[in-house]
Formats: sequence, C-alpha cells, structure tokens
Amino acid sequence: MEAFVNQLPIGISIGAVLLLIALGLTFTFGQMGVINMAHGEFIMAGAYTAYLLQDLTGRMAVIVALPVAFAVAGLMGLILERTAIRHFYGRPLDTLLLTWGVSLVLQQLARDLFGAPNVQVQAPAWLQGGIGTLPYNRLFIFVLALLTVAGVWAYLNRTGQGRRMQAVMQNRGLAAVSGIDTGRVDQRTFFIGSGLAGVAGVALTLIGPVGPTLGTYYIVDAFLVVVAGGLGSLLGAVVAAAGLGLLNSYAEFWSDASLAKVIVFAVIVAFLQVRPQGLFVLRSRALS
Amino acid sequence: MRNSVWRSGAALAALAIALAACGGEAPANESGAAAGGDDTIKVGILHSLSGTMAISEVTVRDAELLAIEEINKAGGVLGKQLVPVVEDGASDWPTFAEKATKLIRQDKVATTFGGWTSASRKAMLPVFERSKALLWYPVQYEGLESSPYIFYTGATTNQQIIPGLDYLKEQGKKKLFLVGSDYVFPRTANKIIKAYAAANGMEILGEEYTPLGHTEYGTLTNKVVQAKPDAVFNTLNGDSNVAFFKQLKSAGVTAEEMPVLSVSVAEEEVTGIGVDNIAGHPVAWNYYQTTDTPANKKFVEAFKARYGAAKVTSDPMEAGYNAVYLWAEAVKKAGTVEVEAVRKAAGGIALERPEGLVTIDGENQHMYKTARIGIIQPDGLIKEVWNSGEPIKPDPYLKGYPWASGLAAG
Repeated sequence: MEAFVNQLPIGISIGAVLLLIALGLTFTFGQMGVINMAHGEFIMAGAYTAYLLQDLTGRMAVIVALPVAFAVAGLMGLILERTAIRHFYGRPLDTLLLTWGVSLVLQQLARDLFGAPNVQVQAPAWLQGGIGTLPYNRLFIFVLALLTVAGVWAYLNRTGQGRRMQAVMQNRGLAAVSGIDTGRVDQRTFFIGSGLAGVAGVALTLIGPVGPTLGTYYIVDAFLVVVAGGLGSLLGAVVAAAGLGLLNSYAEFWSDASLAKVIVFAVIVAFLQVRPQGLFVLRSRALS
Repeated sequence: MRNSVWRSGAALAALAIALAACGGEAPANESGAAAGGDDTIKVGILHSLSGTMAISEVTVRDAELLAIEEINKAGGVLGKQLVPVVEDGASDWPTFAEKATKLIRQDKVATTFGGWTSASRKAMLPVFERSKALLWYPVQYEGLESSPYIFYTGATTNQQIIPGLDYLKEQGKKKLFLVGSDYVFPRTANKIIKAYAAANGMEILGEEYTPLGHTEYGTLTNKVVQAKPDAVFNTLNGDSNVAFFKQLKSAGVTAEEMPVLSVSVAEEEVTGIGVDNIAGHPVAWNYYQTTDTPANKKFVEAFKARYGAAKVTSDPMEAGYNAVYLWAEAVKKAGTVEVEAVRKAAGGIALERPEGLVTIDGENQHMYKTARIGIIQPDGLIKEVWNSGEPIKPDPYLKGYPWASGLAAG
C-alpha cells in the first residue's frame, strides 16, 4: 500500500512529462496527419533556448525561456512547414522520411553549435527539494502541463482561430469553400504544435539531459501518447498520458525499467487491437 | 587494305598507351602498400563523431589528434610524419566494422585508434583479427577479452571496479545497491561486484537496469531510497547519468548519506550533469585532470591551448592520448610499422604518462595502471582521495582473484 501511494505521484508526473511532449504532436500529427520525426528536435531547441537565456537571466532562465522557446521552436516548425512539409501533404510516409532527415540535420547542427557534450541548465533555487516522493520540479512540470492543456483547450474552443483550425481538420474542403484560408491555418497549426514542443523542452531541462540527442529519447513516447489517445484529440492525449505514466510507474516498480517498457508496449499493442482508432475518435478528413 | 593497316596501327598505339599506364601505375601501388613509402605514415582514427556516442568520443578523437601533432612536431616516428585518417563510426556498430575495413584495406593505415562502447569494439574485433591489423582501444571496459590485435589502454575490471569496491569497503559501506544501463558492461561489472560482495561480507540490496538513453528515474530513485543502502554502485552510461543524478538530487538524496560511486562519469560528463547535482559523489578511474604528475601538467596545458581554456581532460581522453604515444614507442623499438614486429616490441614498454607510469603487459596487451578514487568537487573537477599506491597488473580474466573463479565462464 505504501508503495502504491509512493508511486502515484511519480506516475502522475511521468504522465505530465508525456503530456507535455505529446501535446504539440496532437496538432501536427493528430490534426494534420504529418508524421513529424523532427518534433523531438523542436523539444531540443526549446531546451537549448533555456540554456542560452541562462547567460542573461541566470537561474530564472527556465521561466523566461517558456515563451521564448515557444516562439523559437514555433518559428523553426513554420520554416519547416513552408519550405518542405507543405509539398508532402497527404503523403505521410514521405513526410516521415523527410522529417527524419531533418531531425538528423538538426541534431548535427546542435552538435556543431553547442558541442557534443551535454550542457547544464540550472534550475531556480526554489525548485530544489520536494514533498515526500514528489520533488518540486516534478510539481512544476505537472502544473505547467495543466496550464498548457488549459491554454490549448481555450484556444481551440474559445477563439476564432482555434475554431477555424478545428473546422479545417474536420472537413478541409468544406472549410475552404466557407472562405477559410486553409493554407494559413496549416501554418498556424504547425507553428503552435512545434512551439509546444519548445515549451516541453524547457521543462525537460529540469529532469533530464540537455544535449544534441535529447529529442530522440522522447519522440517515440510522444507518438505513443497521440496514437493511444486518438489522433487529434486533446482529451485523448490527456487520458493516454496519465494512463501511460501510471502504467510505467507501477510496471517499473514491480519489475524493472527494461521490462516496464515491454509491458507498456504490449499493453498499447493489445489496446490498439481492440480500439485501433485510440481512446477518443474525432471524425476528420484531415489532409486525405 | 589501307583501312585495316590504319586500324591495327591504332590498336597498337592504344595497347602501348595501356601498357605505359599500367607500368606507371604499378610502382605507385607498391609505395601505397608500404603504409607510406614516402615520408609519412598513415594512422586511422575511428570514433563516433555523430549520433548518441559522439558526446564522449569526439573528445577522445581530439586527444588522439593532439598526440599525433605533438609527435609530428618532435620529428615524427622513424623520421616520418604521422597522417591521421579520421572516420566516423556514427554510434552504429556495423558502421564501425565497415569503416575499420576501409581504413585497413583502402587507406592502408599502420594502426588504428578507436572505439568507445564494448559493442563497437566487439564489432571491430573480427575485422582487425582477420586482417591482422592493430587497434588501440582507449576506454575502461568489462574485461574477459584479450585479442592479439587489440591493445587496451583503458582499465580492465581489476583496475577500476575492484579498487572502487575496495574503497567502499574501507569506508565501511556494507550494503550496496547496483544501478546500471542494460547492456554488456554493467551486467558483467555487476556480476563481478556480486561475487566480490559475497566474498567480502557485503550485502547487495538491489540490482536495477535501465535501457540506454533512459531518462525517467523517478521510480528507480524511489526504490533506492526505500532500500536504504550505504552506497550505490553506478554503471549507467551516457545521458542517463544526467537524468539519474538530477532526479536523485531532487529526491533529496545527498552524497553524505548515500554516496553514488560511478565508473562512467568523468570530468567531461560532470558539466552536463550539473556540478550542483553530483558534487560530493565518488568516481573510480585511473586519471583525473588534477592528477599531479609533470606529464599531466604538460598534457592539460597543451590540450587547453589547442582546444580552448574551458575544456577539461578526462580518463578516456588520456587513455587515447597515451595510446598514440605507446604505439609510437613500440614502432621506434621495432624499427618498423609492421604489425607483428610492433606487437612483439610493445610488451614491457614503460612510459611516464599523465596518469603516472604505464607499462604494456605483453601477455594480454592491457596496461599496468594505477587505480584512483576521486570525489567530485564544486568546481567540477575531481579530487583524488585514494589510490592503489602502485600500478596494478592488468588481469582481464580475474585469474588472480579466487572469488572470481567461474565468472569468466558465465
């Protein structure tokens, strides 16, 4: 019982990390159908943004970097969308190869710019310590994940831009004939999706390594969350992230980390047999 | 008629040109085969310059290139300048084998310096053995290997892991928790640790492995904290160390109450982990940037002058740097770069290196090395607190340790 209680906050905080890294993908993959392997490198860009801001802002870098990283990663995503991905809409396998190539290029670029070794982003002093088995920095990530989800929900449902985005996703043709500039909406979707990756990157500097290959550690988990949650579904992503986080935490506690990975994959495979469309289904025509 | 004479004339001319071309080519081939018949000797450098291992291997390449530059400046080897041929193993083990083949066959290098992970070494081993070419491997590893075509300039287990355990035992640490990445080095190391513990009255409270590149250590930290060990023996590799130490620190674990002894964290990694998160924890190596020898002073100065004052030097870098010098010394002694002659000459060579006296054991081609335990300081450097007093004879199969009998088989 004690173990159960101790592992609960750990599971929820793993879920929060999963949610943060997957949120951006629910836009680019879930809503636009672009298998963006470079999503991990946008996470990395966010982490390096915090690293660079450190010189200016000291230990507050993690806070200041949140909006800046959103803009930096968002712009990188926008450039990628404008220069390359838009020519591949509706061809998911081609975008997979394309963005995988881009991710390798970005990794090498980071290596050339910042060096191959990991760099250190210092956490603010007030994030040291914790309550019981829940460190403050995990709590911070949890709150950040909640705020981000709330922000995204409000954007999608309470703003004109967000509603247009949903319209395009649900029925591109109809949205277009209703006078929505779908190309513009695509750009915006990609900007926000990539920007959210940048925010996740900043948060990850608190608990993980900051180096050129940072993105590769999270990309598979991010896709798992989106696929299990149901493509493009915000609620699905939240539920899937929490579920996977808890599953990971308990599976690892009662076995070990390697076996936990196997168990999580097995559960997801079994689940997708029963519900190939994921937890929640949005009727959409995406970019087909 | 006229036409055919013209034609055969042309054919003859073509034949002559072809013959001349062949004649011209033949000597060029010969000089190539002699690994630099002119005044240069080609040597291969094969490390991961891209991919997940680049983080560590790039610095070893830098140290090896520095050694080559220094040797060249001092007149080269046998009056010839060394020319490095640098290849990228790309953190991909088949690529290491492929590039090794390329260095041996196409570039005809006299020797190769390279590798980091045991997987890359195991991939290259058959290539070097088949071609009877030399590889100098510069990283501490799990032992239980002794190829006639590999020189191991890093520590084997009895020069790093066992001294690490001796140190913990001296400190009165009786209950250990083992944490490692899930591959050959940590699993073999932990087998040795368990055998040692059984023979020395120590208790192993837990043994946990995480996949390479794992970054989620909340659960593992929880398990370690609940087990309440006196110390943790850490064989995690690469970026996982960053996540592990960050999350251990935020769980409130301090180096005083539960020291984590690492065998894969050196000066270079400390920067990435963040000094705040790891200061006070012990590490086991054979060399630190602070090691007090005249040769090390020169090495650190030269390295900083060449690559920047902010750079640090670490054990694998020093072992790579040494490898070049040890090979050059063996070539000088042999009077040739021919592999069998160099191998024969290498045994017994002793050089004062930055880590102290290093002697090549001709029998297993490992080095006599001094084991050193250090504590990570708040400035990111490592201060030595214990050493083995004298260079330890390499024993990759742990034949000299009765409690370890049976390990080599498993």
